[in-house]
Amino acid sequence: MKILVAVKRVIDYNAKVRVKADNSDVDLSNTKMAINPFCEIAVEEAVRLKEAGSAQEVVAVSVGPKACQEQIRAALALGADRGIQVETDDNLESLNVAKLLAQVVRDEQPDLIIMGKQAIDSDNNQTGQMLSALLNMPQGTFASEINLQEGEVQVIREIDGGLQTLGLTLPAIITTDLRLNEPRYASLPNIMKAKRKPLAVVTPETLGVELKQHSKLLKVTPPAERSAGILVSSVDELIEKLKNQAKVI
Amino acid sequence: MSTYTPPLKDASFVLDQLIGLNQLCEKLQLEDINTELATVIIEEAGKLASDILAPLNSVGDEKGSSVSAGKVQETAGFADAYQQFVENGWATLTGPEEFGGQNLPNVIGTAVNELWHSSNMSFALCPMLSQGAVEALIAHGSEILKAHYLPPLISGEWTGTMNLTEPNAGSDLAAVAAKAKPEGDHYKISGQKIFITWGDHQMTSNIVHLVLARLPNAPAGVKGISLFIVPKYCLDEQGQPAELNDVSCISLEHKMGIHGSPTCVMSFGDNDGAIGYLVGEENKGLSYMFTMMNHARQAVGLQGLSISERAYQQALQYSQERFQGSRRDGQKIAIIDHPDVRRMLMAMKAGNEAMRALAYSAAADIDHAHSGDEAAKARVELYTPIVKGWMTELAQELTSLNIQVHGGMGFIEETGAAQHYRDARILPIYEGTTGIQALDLIGRKTLLDKGMALKALHADINETLNQLTASDNKQLQALQHPLKVALESAVSAGDWILENTADDPQTMGNVSFDNLMMMGYLTGGWLLARSALLANKLITQENPYGDPFLQGKIATASFYAEHYLPRVKQHADTVLTGLSNTFALDIEQMQGV
Repeated sequence: MKILVAVKRVIDYNAKVRVKADNSDVDLSNTKMAINPFCEIAVEEAVRLKEAGSAQEVVAVSVGPKACQEQIRAALALGADRGIQVETDDNLESLNVAKLLAQVVRDEQPDLIIMGKQAIDSDNNQTGQMLSALLNMPQGTFASEINLQEGEVQVIREIDGGLQTLGLTLPAIITTDLRLNEPRYASLPNIMKAKRKPLAVVTPETLGVELKQHSKLLKVTPPAERSAGILVSSVDELIEKLKNQAKVI
Repeated sequence: MSTYTPPLKDASFVLDQLIGLNQLCEKLQLEDINTELATVIIEEAGKLASDILAPLNSVGDEKGSSVSAGKVQETAGFADAYQQFVENGWATLTGPEEFGGQNLPNVIGTAVNELWHSSNMSFALCPMLSQGAVEALIAHGSEILKAHYLPPLISGEWTGTMNLTEPNAGSDLAAVAAKAKPEGDHYKISGQKIFITWGDHQMTSNIVHLVLARLPNAPAGVKGISLFIVPKYCLDEQGQPAELNDVSCISLEHKMGIHGSPTCVMSFGDNDGAIGYLVGEENKGLSYMFTMMNHARQAVGLQGLSISERAYQQALQYSQERFQGSRRDGQKIAIIDHPDVRRMLMAMKAGNEAMRALAYSAAADIDHAHSGDEAAKARVELYTPIVKGWMTELAQELTSLNIQVHGGMGFIEETGAAQHYRDARILPIYEGTTGIQALDLIGRKTLLDKGMALKALHADINETLNQLTASDNKQLQALQHPLKVALESAVSAGDWILENTADDPQTMGNVSFDNLMMMGYLTGGWLLARSALLANKLITQENPYGDPFLQGKIATASFYAEHYLPRVKQHADTVLTGLSNTFALDIEQMQGV
């Protein structure tokens, strides 16, 4: 079995997000970047399936400028076998990413595709679903448990009312939720090995995919700063303020 | 409890810019090893350091280890953390490939070790001691000892210890009295050793003790000491730990700090004698210790940086959360905006960056020296007592400043500021006290080569002065004068020492501490000035650091020049007096009789 994992380069979840002075975008200059946490969970799951003997090869794909090779290397250091970078500009919308991934899937013919349910930068939560539609493959989104069976994968999904169990015919697409697993730390020997693992670079042109943006980023504004709180001296004062100042009761 | 964030940017700036790691790796013919890889390694090590080791630091402080029936039980949680440390391969970093190591340069090992010691120094002492045992075996062990002991020591499956000190043999190892009696293919070791760091624990299936002992009829003094390997469990024919050797921990010391690190009184040969194997040749044990000394001493110096960095991070955070006083408009003032608090924080930041620059430079020079670079070899000799002596002394001041920034809360144990201060206090003592380092710096490192290495350093600093003068940046030009004053005073103090101490051990002893501190502040200031020059060059180009960071490097060097560089002249002036009144009083006068 071959597993394809998609990984995205995003701002590190510990880094402070700044907005550019002209409000045109988030300012990413000299900001610490990392593999999207949901993608990391996807890599971890694929590597565990390989370690359990269920899968033979794990391929990590990223779409973006050269810098995203760092995140592919991070996936290789966690245990993926080889990488593919689809060289593009930053800020592709989800549909374009899905189209590029779809072509990679057609070329690679994996049995299973695991990806994060969303990226923590734009929080779109749509690439996996779009990929499923483009490839006409079954999807199991927000997975918190995966069980491989003969020709099929069972996915336990987190839904509003509780847990839903789906059986998907392979090949299938799974997007990961937080509780699927806890990713490991890369070990030093694996970091060293990752440097020597193959990493292929392809372009939208070589993949034969035409990119077309359907949306435009108009403006990014930081959330309003919270003003300082005040201490009230009695419950009566609190109720008075809630009634007359905040007007919530 | 304080959190810990690895200083990734400064580490990679120092490695890439100041050290020139890429060129170093080319010189060492290490393919595929470069700054990019080093950054990934440090980042990944940083995750383990901040997520796993740092939270255990206060745990170890509050509940250290305990001993019963000769067995030491380490702090709860340490064994799991150690397991993860080993599974992730961190113990193998600098070990040679043929024994399972990753063969990375010493300077990358140093940068990673900084993180371990910052996050949890008590814990990190354990792998640090193993590394010492590994080096001793690589340098002096027989092929058979290497084959049996190196792979599990390098992987971290077993740990190593250093058994040098005895109740009557501290700084003076000539007094070692432990005995070794030849018996077949091995020796029987007996005697008591004290202050043995991580002498026993339950984290691994075996512990390898390196022990200094005397053979029967060995010459008295330093020329009669031999080095032995004494495993906690003797090995069976497959090389696996089998029978318990005649060695045990008979008590633990109650210490001021590093509570998480068991400091053992070890007893060898209570029954029939502990089985030991000779490392290298008979009676050469002490000279073997010397071959490892640069490394071990630099490792302790690095701890001075590590703990000061942790203290700085804590002070920086607290000073932004603590509000005292208000502005005219009624807005409360975070104490970080009070000039005296800011001064303390800057003193910590500038001190740490100077120490990092020095520690990594000295570590890289060990790599250069390995490639046969004679100038680097001489520089390592000169740097080592400065790294050990000056950095651990500065750590006293900086960890104390963290307490001061916390005010009254700093004196309260729950804050955690006190732990760093208490932990740091061992640093100028173990692995050769500051006094020993100071004598080493004059005796072996200045007088022995008639000041050659010292003058080479002076010449390098002078070259930096020229670059500062030629700079188009006013901030850099302004750095030239204080560094020049510092260099000139250090040169005259150095000349004075060469002229006046060679035949006068008492004068050498009188002035040695001031000479050491003078050299430390000077070297730190020089390396920060060089960093500022490099940062200035990058500012106009595309760079991975960002201009605020680079401007910060220049401003930090400027602060250092104002705050610390004047101390060079002060110490130099003291050297020039010869401190001739050190012995002016007899002991009765000192007692006020």
